[in-house]
Amino acid sequence: MEITVRALASEIHGMLFGGFFLMAIFGVVVELFRSAHVEEPSKLTPRGYSLERLYLIVTAGLGWVAVLLGAYIVYPWYRAIPPAGVTNLAGYPQHLLMSSPLTTGWHGLGMEWKEHISWLAPIAMTMVAYVLTKHRLAMKKYPQIRTAVLVFALVALVSASVAGFFGAMIDSNAPVKGGTTIHLVRGNL
Amino acid sequence: MNDMKPQKEGPDDSAAIAQLPNGPVGAAILSAGIGSCALGLLAVMGDGSKAVAHWMTFYLPTGPLSGVTSTAILVWLISWAFLARRWRTKTVAIAKVNTVAFVLLALSLLLTFPPFADRLLGK
Repeated sequence: MEITVRALASEIHGMLFGGFFLMAIFGVVVELFRSAHVEEPSKLTPRGYSLERLYLIVTAGLGWVAVLLGAYIVYPWYRAIPPAGVTNLAGYPQHLLMSSPLTTGWHGLGMEWKEHISWLAPIAMTMVAYVLTKHRLAMKKYPQIRTAVLVFALVALVSASVAGFFGAMIDSNAPVKGGTTIHLVRGNL
Repeated sequence: MNDMKPQKEGPDDSAAIAQLPNGPVGAAILSAGIGSCALGLLAVMGDGSKAVAHWMTFYLPTGPLSGVTSTAILVWLISWAFLARRWRTKTVAIAKVNTVAFVLLALSLLLTFPPFADRLLGK
């Protein structure tokens, strides 16, 4: 069992940071809906509030690590230009996708959309985390703030979902791979 | 999420809430909309103009995406700092702030959608 450095970085970007980010946003959205429909708002212990604050900060942090890792580590490997004369495009995912009319849409629509919309999610979740950790009392006085927080959290969920879906589909059609091979487990025949 | 933050909770909680300005929250909401819209606008500009794409290439291996996202983040953070300073102790019309922020957010979603951006650029 082995994996290349590039494939590992791609998995860490998408499955670890991106995947956990998506799940964490979903948790925030569910909690925002739940707390909007409670008869008696629940009170957490001080430790409970600390953990909730940590959850929100980690959620936003996961998003930033996911987009930064994607843009500055994985994306350059994805868009690498093959040297003249190279016919095997396996190490050049963008060019591999664009070499066939059956797969060109994964780049033209998928990556072009993903590379930009994914950044909306950490921006939105940073705002959501800031308001929920620093100004939650204001939500009691101004219900419109809850609406804004919920809308931005929903947009973050949609943005991260689009990025996650296209990331998975692009990787299954033209995976980012190459670099040093890491041997994880040596199996027995 | 849970509304009853014990930060200033207790017998004086309602008094504390009554005096709360919404300016800092309004600044956070509006600047998030501004930053998102800036991202969409810069993405379209980078896609439509080779000169802009060249200027936006802050880091060659990543290409114009590096400048588009870095500039949008700068716009977001600077507008946040500016509005937060201006609205620090003020109570703003939060419904209007929300409306503007939602319009900017919707624009950002449209502008980052390639078929819409292509149509806008006449591609």
